[in-house]
Amino acid sequence: MADRPGSDQVTTLDTPIRLDYHFSAGAAATPYLRGLAEGKFVGQRCPVCRKVYIPPRGSCPTDGVATEGAEVLADKGTVTTYCVVNVPFAGQSIEIPYICAQVLLDGADISFMSLIQEIPADQVRMGLRVEAVWVPPEERGPTLASVEYFRPNGEPDADYDSYKAYL
Amino acid sequence: MAERCAVIGVGQTKCASKRLDVSVAGLVREAALRALDDAGLTFADIDAVVIGKAPDMFEGVMMPELYLAPALGAVGKPMLRVHTAGSVGGSTALVAAHLVTAGIHQRVLTVAFEKQSDSDAMWALSVPQPFAAPLLAGAGGYFAPIIRAYMRRSGAPDHVGMKVAVKDRLHALKNPYAHLHLPDISMKVVEDSVVIWDPLHYLESCPSSDGAAAMVLGSEQAAAASQAATGRRPAWVHGMAMRSEPTMFAGRDQVNPQAGRDCAADVYRQAGVTKPRADFDCAEVYVPFSWYEPMWLENLGFCEEGQGWRLTDEGATSMDGGDIPWNCSGGVLSSNPIGASGMLRFLEVALQVRGEAGEHQVDGVRRALGQAYGGGSQFFAMWVLGTEKP
Repeated sequence: MADRPGSDQVTTLDTPIRLDYHFSAGAAATPYLRGLAEGKFVGQRCPVCRKVYIPPRGSCPTDGVATEGAEVLADKGTVTTYCVVNVPFAGQSIEIPYICAQVLLDGADISFMSLIQEIPADQVRMGLRVEAVWVPPEERGPTLASVEYFRPNGEPDADYDSYKAYL
Repeated sequence: MAERCAVIGVGQTKCASKRLDVSVAGLVREAALRALDDAGLTFADIDAVVIGKAPDMFEGVMMPELYLAPALGAVGKPMLRVHTAGSVGGSTALVAAHLVTAGIHQRVLTVAFEKQSDSDAMWALSVPQPFAAPLLAGAGGYFAPIIRAYMRRSGAPDHVGMKVAVKDRLHALKNPYAHLHLPDISMKVVEDSVVIWDPLHYLESCPSSDGAAAMVLGSEQAAAASQAATGRRPAWVHGMAMRSEPTMFAGRDQVNPQAGRDCAADVYRQAGVTKPRADFDCAEVYVPFSWYEPMWLENLGFCEEGQGWRLTDEGATSMDGGDIPWNCSGGVLSSNPIGASGMLRFLEVALQVRGEAGEHQVDGVRRALGQAYGGGSQFFAMWVLGTEKP
């Protein structure tokens, strides 16, 4: 594009770049991803501090040791905090506005970002109890896309004291 | 610190949405030449160049430092790239300062930049990962839930964020280099702007900017020579520190990160600061979203935990009568060339200490704090500058 008035000099051009890559899941993420294909949340536990990580990244950042085992967690939990995303951007795959929440699964020691639906945005709150909505079994795969979203499960809100250490 | 180090020259570009008249090379050279001129030097006087920017995906150019060497007079000289996400401008200045305090170099040019118009940082920060839901929505989408947690924890009233948004934009009107100049800014204007990352309004968020910052850091001898040549006094480094922590670990305090508190404790110890609110005359702190002012007031020990919003609400951080003005330049809320934003914080305290901040100068600054943070609040960089030799 010629940006300077009175000039035909090319100063900028758009060059879209595509990058395909293979993701090697490794020892910790493999049971987690396989679990998602089966409709289960599978985390790992630190052998020192006993904290349960999901998704497991293979090591405990606090103790510097490998996390172990395959901890099958409930597919329900608590919204610790959230925001309502109302900004469009390139590559966005979900219609705005949407609720982006930190969900702490029962039995886990770290929350992860999840989509919340089946509740108006202005009624979402910290402490809301939610459950996973899985895609039909034949559509599940080793990806978090196996979880469509989380929705309120009707339980009373969690007490602030029960999750304040996870903020 | 073995050798003393001072800021002896500063240069910055006017921040703007799109600098279509220059390439990245032209942008960094503009800032660098201004810093050299301010120090009364030329490229020939420089021993080494330390450069920083935020992730390469923000412009789509990998390792841009390699092609920028000629534009920065660095051919045949040591050149180093620093990378600590949004805090990088601060970390870059600290790496450059260490080359002087270690006695390796006499004069180091340090530069940081971002040219957001060359690509799309919002996209680059929102790329889906194989093990996570595709929910990321830029930096605001990451920080807004943490802000909500702060509001719940502290009991701060909803309007405090909007006060910061107004205050920093009023400060920016005094800074000709600031990107946003919004003379009609008011609480109502902020409140009427779209809520883009609930609880954050559009005007509680930083802009996307093109911009560069540069400083010349010098030894005691270099500082004396520059002062003799230019008549401008140096700003002495009294303390500098960096800290980091993992972005995700069980039990992490995301609102008030340990790494930030540890970094502040270290830099205060070096500078002999015991009561930050009283000991500093002003501060430039990385506040890209309004609520990070009260959050960092607490993290940096300007008040007790849970009380930061009261300082903001009382106007303590305003140039208009506050006792501890924060972000007199307008801060990141008014200009955000990401990679340069941290260096602008460090550079602005140098201007304040040298008495050269122009319309946004605070009277009689003797000591000031510059802070930058980055990533998911996992990188921190800070320095303390003063008028007196340490």
